[in-house]
Amino acid sequence: MIKTGKIAVIGDKDSVIAFKAVGAETFVATNVFEINDTLRELAKGDYAVVFITEQLAEIASDTLNKLKSRPYPVVIPIPSQAGSTGFAMNGLKKDVERAIGADIIFNDKN
Amino acid sequence: MARLAVNPTRMELRRLKTRLKTATRGHKLLKDKSDEMIRQFMSFIKENKKLREEIEKELPDALRSFVLARAVTSSQEIEQALCMPAKKVDIDMDTKNVMGVDVPSLKITPSESGDILPYAFPSAPYELDAAILKLSSLMRKLLQLAETEKTCNMLADEIEKNRRRVNALEYVMIPQLNETIKYILMKMDENERASLTRLMKVKSMIENRDD
Repeated sequence: MIKTGKIAVIGDKDSVIAFKAVGAETFVATNVFEINDTLRELAKGDYAVVFITEQLAEIASDTLNKLKSRPYPVVIPIPSQAGSTGFAMNGLKKDVERAIGADIIFNDKN
Repeated sequence: MARLAVNPTRMELRRLKTRLKTATRGHKLLKDKSDEMIRQFMSFIKENKKLREEIEKELPDALRSFVLARAVTSSQEIEQALCMPAKKVDIDMDTKNVMGVDVPSLKITPSESGDILPYAFPSAPYELDAAILKLSSLMRKLLQLAETEKTCNMLADEIEKNRRRVNALEYVMIPQLNETIKYILMKMDENERASLTRLMKVKSMIENRDD
């Protein structure tokens, strides 16, 4: 069964406004509680993808972890206009460590 | 290693032997599954890393040009220009099965109207046009990233779970079963020897009495 979903973007005002133009729904959040509330609300609705800026993802990483086990919505950290903090890359690194036991892909860096 | 608390009977022995066979077979299958999952995971994670690097380069760039556009006009004007998007993005949410894990598969439905810019040209600075075009060209890649990253996440989860199962079988179940089978065999041998000596003893006692 194929459903159709929407795209949501959570972030600071400067970063999310741009996504409004391309058809995503935008939510502005500043503190942990706002982020968690928004995420919970979005998880209930028919959203396919939730993009969240890395700065906010870092604050609310607990809630993000909870949403990891289910296929939808896909919550993905994206860099904000200030640039990447490396949070998402770290997440990838952790995945590799979890799956394989040692980091064999990202060890060329740092 | 602890053995199971069972009666040393022939029936129990047969039951345990079947269980051992099943466990060994399951262990082999799960191990094969783990190997294949890791192989798939590697290809996904490599793709994921490539996409992530590209996004990390391109997205802040696109967003920064928005900031630039905001700098040249008042933010109200920008908000006004953007508050009624011309495009509505719908995504087909499908699930794909990768090694028994349901992972999302996203497909963007092309929007009906061909126009990307949601405002009249004179009402916004041209920097905004460029920024929106840049961002909408990135959307497809962002979705691809979302799909791959989620797949990696879920595969990693599943690989970890699977490894636990394999280890539990290899280091707990199978040794335990082996131990118990050995115990039952020894117990039964012992019983047989005991009854044999008893018989011999009784026989000699009877023979002594007759003499």
